Amino acid sequence: MEFTLDLNTIWFILIGVLLAGYAILDGFDLGVGAFYLLVKDDKDRRVILNSIGPVWDGNEVWLVTGGGALFAAFPDVYATVFSGFYTAFMFLLFVLIFRAVAIEFRSKQQMKWWRKWWDISFSVSSILIAFLMGVALGNIITGIPLGADKEFAGSFFDLLNPYSILVGVTTVALFIMHGTIYATMKTEGELQNKIRTWVNNSIIFFVMMYAVLTTTTLIYYPHMSEHFIGEPFLYVVALLNMLAIANIPREIHHGKEFLAFLSSGFSILTLFILFAIGIFPNIVISNPNPEYSLTIYNAASSQTTLNIMLIIAAIGVPFVLAYTFTIYWVFRGKVKIDSTSY
Amino acid sequence: MDVEILSRLQFAITIAFHYIYPPLSIGIGVLLVIMEGLFLKTKNPEYEKLTRFWVKIFALIFAVGVATGIVMEFEFGTNWATYSRYVGDIFGSALAAEGIFAFFLESGFLAILVFGWNKVGPKVHFLSTIMVSLGSMLSAVWIVVANSWQQTPAGFHIVGEGLNARAEVTNFWDMIFNPSSVDRLLHVLSGAWLAGAFFVLSVSAFYLIKKRHIELSQKAIKIALTLAVLASLFQLFTGDRSAIGVSENQPAKLAAYEAHFDSLAPAPMYLFGWVDEHNQEVKFSVAIPKLLSILISGNPDYKVKGLNYFKPEDKPPVNIVFQSYHFMVAIGFALITISLLGLLFWWRGSLFKKKWYLYILVFSVLLPQIANQLGWISAEVGRQPWIVYGLLRTSEALSKAVEANQVLFSLILFIIIYALLFVLFIYLLNEKIKAGPEEIDKSSMVYGHQKHVIGSD
Repeated sequence: MEFTLDLNTIWFILIGVLLAGYAILDGFDLGVGAFYLLVKDDKDRRVILNSIGPVWDGNEVWLVTGGGALFAAFPDVYATVFSGFYTAFMFLLFVLIFRAVAIEFRSKQQMKWWRKWWDISFSVSSILIAFLMGVALGNIITGIPLGADKEFAGSFFDLLNPYSILVGVTTVALFIMHGTIYATMKTEGELQNKIRTWVNNSIIFFVMMYAVLTTTTLIYYPHMSEHFIGEPFLYVVALLNMLAIANIPREIHHGKEFLAFLSSGFSILTLFILFAIGIFPNIVISNPNPEYSLTIYNAASSQTTLNIMLIIAAIGVPFVLAYTFTIYWVFRGKVKIDSTSY
Repeated sequence: MDVEILSRLQFAITIAFHYIYPPLSIGIGVLLVIMEGLFLKTKNPEYEKLTRFWVKIFALIFAVGVATGIVMEFEFGTNWATYSRYVGDIFGSALAAEGIFAFFLESGFLAILVFGWNKVGPKVHFLSTIMVSLGSMLSAVWIVVANSWQQTPAGFHIVGEGLNARAEVTNFWDMIFNPSSVDRLLHVLSGAWLAGAFFVLSVSAFYLIKKRHIELSQKAIKIALTLAVLASLFQLFTGDRSAIGVSENQPAKLAAYEAHFDSLAPAPMYLFGWVDEHNQEVKFSVAIPKLLSILISGNPDYKVKGLNYFKPEDKPPVNIVFQSYHFMVAIGFALITISLLGLLFWWRGSLFKKKWYLYILVFSVLLPQIANQLGWISAEVGRQPWIVYGLLRTSEALSKAVEANQVLFSLILFIIIYALLFVLFIYLLNEKIKAGPEEIDKSSMVYGHQKHVIGSD
């Protein structure tokens, strides 16, 4: 494979960074939502909800900006994927709305039915968002039917193939693991002890799914591992990924939740890199007609725009990182409920 | 119904519903900066109470704005894929810049604004308030720039032919500062300031009528009224500038605004009327002779192009544009009148005694909202049949992979979900307003600690 670090490749990487950033950050608050209903007590639920309270909204901005960057850098991908996956994306948008509203509205009323309804909305939508995103990634791996005009030529039910569902479930498992670890950092006492046992279960769940997924991918989608042949240093990424996952239970065992969280974040990052290496230089693989695939070249904006965008990113990203670190720093430590909480 | 009508309806409904919230955030954001600034300057705890109360309302509005805003970010791709391919090189950059420069700023500092009262010092909190306000206005900058490019494309060239043709940037700054960006941005921003100002005026006047939170509400009314006076007058100026811009850059739209079918010199300006598009006349109308020519050029004999000057396939629908434009202008003048009247009463010292005027303030919250919606209807419908003026037709911009039944399904779901969301929003807003500004517990007050120390001396 020819690899040159041109503008198109840089943008492939940058959008990957935005989406990986989204998966790492929103991943934990989706994961928190996924196990949320297992927490029974109302006060404990508020603690859990407020552990993501100040940050979930900013986490979602990574997705929005990733979408905007995809539109700007690879408009054909943006157009093909979103129109092709129309019904699936509409579902995604609806659950995103429900989730945002549920978080905001839930604790504003005392009524039992009110809180119950929003609790269920929050949890179900968190699971569905993670699942649908996984399904979307799965379809990128299997490839989708594209025409010579770059348009999607399949149907909604093509998207729900067994492999993509497997990726969807694995994503949910990954985020639950990530979320339980995050929650142990933000909670204390009884609640923390309870969540700590869930961490172990969720690690087992994820590792099982991950093993099945990796085996399936290697057998049925060999193009995902093609680039690794003859490039031994790429195996380092895979190795780091496994080490990061293996490190999580170790840190949890030693009571170092923050390091476990970093480890889990790092494993998401390396998973993303493995995925990106697998599809490169395609962004959307066409199956059955691979010649119609959307690549970082045939789907890109002009070099002028990629250049301008790079300048915008160079100015903006340091600020973005600064805000992100500031917010996480200000709201570090265990959750305390006060009058401004959800 | 076909895909085009359904997609246009869906876009119109989702954007109109979304657009209830961001102008309020922008307007209330500015007022929060003033309120908290006054608090830091005077150390008067009443201002802190006021700020805290409006931060809570702000957070609710902001949340619904975010929830409905995500839809907009992706709807270009889902329903307007051909358009996205055509303009991605330009429009996409503006959207991405909005994310990088505005959304991160807003969402990050919002956390401190809402949840950080006890986590950071008063100055850092004030800084966060400023940043959130700035972020909300920056997001308006990028989105209005993107939309203005659709109205008055500049700084680009067309590459490729037929189905593969698309617009590519040649000059970034020409694209950003296209002929209508600045005027329209200022017009949108002052519309947003008005939305926020009249919202605060409405709630505060309601409290005064109910004789609750009197001191607090009087302070709020003074702050909001000042913004209302400035913004409503500024809106007259930006509106005039925008209309002149439309006459230069989008003459077909201006002709629709004023329902001029034949090119006329001098051209009159209608105050109101009902357009009969079939017979090409304006019924039940009152018009001021020569006024349109004068307003556009300063010259009473200036010739204004009529709709018949344009090819039939390039004409926008007239009556809806005419009505929304005229009602918007009428509301603009009503807002100026209400604001100046308030200023007069304030100056005479009778502002808080005139119950009828307070009642007007309570209901006037709807006026900027309606005017903002009408303004966008006249701008967007007036651009038809183009999605990018003179370059790409709306009918050619759709997603080819999407079928009518899919859009019908999503449209129905949007209507149901948004209706539910709106009811809940109003309900929670009402609850918050009923609860009113709370007594702040001393220990959580920003200067509570210092006071305590001083008090114990």
